[in-house]
Amino acid sequence: MQWEVVIGLETHVQLQTNTKIFCGASTAFGAEPNTQADAVSIALPGVLPVLNREAVQCAIRFGLAIDAEIGRRSVFARKNYFYPDLPKGYQISQFELPVVGKGKITIQLGDVEKVINITRAHLEEDAGKSLHGDFHGATGIDLNRAGTPLLEIVTEPDMRSAAEAVAYAKKLHELVQWIGICDGNMQEGSFRCDVNVSVRPKGSDKLGTRREIKNLNSFRFMQQAIEYETRWQIETLEDGGTIQQATVLFNPDTGETRAMRSKEEANDYRYFPDPDLLPLVISEADIEAVKAKMPELPEAMKARFEQQYALPAYDATAITASRGVADYFVAAVAAFGGEAKLVANWVMGSVAAKLNEEGKAIADSPVSAEQLAGLLKRIADNTISGKMAKEVFEAMWSGEGDADTIIEKRGLKQVSDSGAIEAIVDEVLAANAAMVAEYKAGKEKAFNGIVGQCMKASKGKANPAQVNEILKKKLAG
Amino acid sequence: MSLTIDDVKRIAHLARIEVTEADAHATLEKLGGILGLIEQMQAVDTTGIEPMSHSQDVTQRLRDDVVTEINQRELFQSIAPAVENGLYLVPKVIE
Repeated sequence: MQWEVVIGLETHVQLQTNTKIFCGASTAFGAEPNTQADAVSIALPGVLPVLNREAVQCAIRFGLAIDAEIGRRSVFARKNYFYPDLPKGYQISQFELPVVGKGKITIQLGDVEKVINITRAHLEEDAGKSLHGDFHGATGIDLNRAGTPLLEIVTEPDMRSAAEAVAYAKKLHELVQWIGICDGNMQEGSFRCDVNVSVRPKGSDKLGTRREIKNLNSFRFMQQAIEYETRWQIETLEDGGTIQQATVLFNPDTGETRAMRSKEEANDYRYFPDPDLLPLVISEADIEAVKAKMPELPEAMKARFEQQYALPAYDATAITASRGVADYFVAAVAAFGGEAKLVANWVMGSVAAKLNEEGKAIADSPVSAEQLAGLLKRIADNTISGKMAKEVFEAMWSGEGDADTIIEKRGLKQVSDSGAIEAIVDEVLAANAAMVAEYKAGKEKAFNGIVGQCMKASKGKANPAQVNEILKKKLAG
Repeated sequence: MSLTIDDVKRIAHLARIEVTEADAHATLEKLGGILGLIEQMQAVDTTGIEPMSHSQDVTQRLRDDVVTEINQRELFQSIAPAVENGLYLVPKVIE
C-alpha cells in the first residue's frame, strides 16, 4: 500500500523582551540559578500577574507578518498540571480566544511554492528547568526561565513530508528573527518545535492517529525524527498493529523516537479563564502603532530588489532568505555604488561559501559589507581581475586588512598599461614560434595556449581582456 | 449531570489531593450540591447575552517592559525546605 504522512507543527517562540510576561524580572540568558526568579516567578502566595506590553506587541507583529486576524479581545486561561518546574501548578496560556487567528506562511521547495496555514498563535509563559544532576537523589529546580514570554504558533496538518516540515520550520525561524520578535537561538531554546506526525493510505481524506514528537531544537534532528517516526508508524500498521496517541521524544544518539507519557497518565488540563487576568483588548490604534514600526517583509523586499536592482528572481529570493543577508547586501550595494548584480554574485558565492564552511552567521562575517564593496570597486575599475579578487577576498577573510592594502602588499595590481602588455606579448610570441605556427595553420586552440603563456609571463597580473585584444591584432598582422 | 465516586477520585488525583474512601463519599455529596446549583443557573435563558471571561467589565492593564525586580534569592530560599547551589531541591522526578 502507498502511505502518506501528515504533519502539523507547534512551535514555541521565545519573545525578545527584557522582562517576563507577567512580572518585571529579567529574562537575560545564562544568569546564576534562581537569581531572576522573583516572587511572581516562584509563585509566592498573593502575587498577581501584570501583562508585559512588549510581549503583546510582538504577538501583533507576528500576526501582521502572516496576514492573520488579530484577536481584538483575547483571554488568558490556566492550563493545569503538576510538575516541579511549574510552581503555580498551572501555566498561564490562552485557550479559546488566542491573540492571533488564522494566517498563512508560504514555503519553497526547489521551484515549488506551498502555502502552510497557521491555525492560531497564542501568548503563554514558559516553565522553569529541572536539573537531574547529583543532588543526593533529589531534582534541582531553576526558575529563572519560569514566566519567560512565549508565542506558540500552531499550523494546520498541511505538510506531507519531513522536507516540507523542515522548510516550514526554517521559514518561520527566519521570519520571527526578521521581524525582531525572537533571537532564533535554538541551542538556548529560543525556538522549539513539537511535531505531530500521522500516516494514512494515500488518497484517504481521514487523518490517522497522531503521535507528537516533543521539543526538537535542531532542523537536522527534526528531519531525522520525522523520517524515523513515519517509518515506524507505517511498519506498525503494515504488521497489523495500531497507533496509540502518544507523546514521544527523539533520541539523537540512537536516531529513534520513544513514547514518553503513557495513556493512563493522559493529561487533562482543565483549562479555565484565569481570574487574575482581565481580557486583553487590542484596538485599531494599537495595531496601527505596531504596523508603523514593522520592517519591510521578505516577500515585499524580494519584489523591490527585482525592480530596484534588476536582480533575477533567484538572486532576490536567496538574498532575502534572511534579514542579515539582506541587510549586508543593501549595505554593500550602497558602499559599492556599482552594479548590484556583482554584489549579489559575491554575497551568494564567496561570502556564503565561507560562512557555510565556518558555520558562521553573516553578522559575524570577518569581511564587512563595506570591505566587500572596497574589493568590488577594484574589480569594477580593472585594478584586479576576478581571479585575483578571489585571492584578495581570502586574504581579507583571514584578517590581512582591506582590499587596497592587500592588493598593494601582494603586488596584485593588474597591468592595464598597453605598452607593458605589448612587450610581454612580443616576448611570448618570440619564444613560442611553434604555437604561433600551429595557430596560423588553423588550430584555433593554440590561441588559448598563447594567452595562457602571456598571463604566466605577467604573473597573472595582465588584464586578460587586453591580452586577448593585443594578441589578436598581432597574430592577424 | 451527576458525578460518580470514580470522578471524584480522578479529580482528586489530578489535583494531587489524597482522599480517603469516607472523604471521597462526603466530597461526592458536596460536589453534587454545587453541580445542582449550576444546573439551576443553566436553566436561565441567556440567549443573546455575550459570555464574560471575568466578573468585572474592565480590560487588562499593560506594563512597560522594564526590569523592576532585583535578585532576592537568599531571602526566598531562606524558607525553602531544601536548596543547593542556588537550586530548589524537590523529590526526584523522572519523565
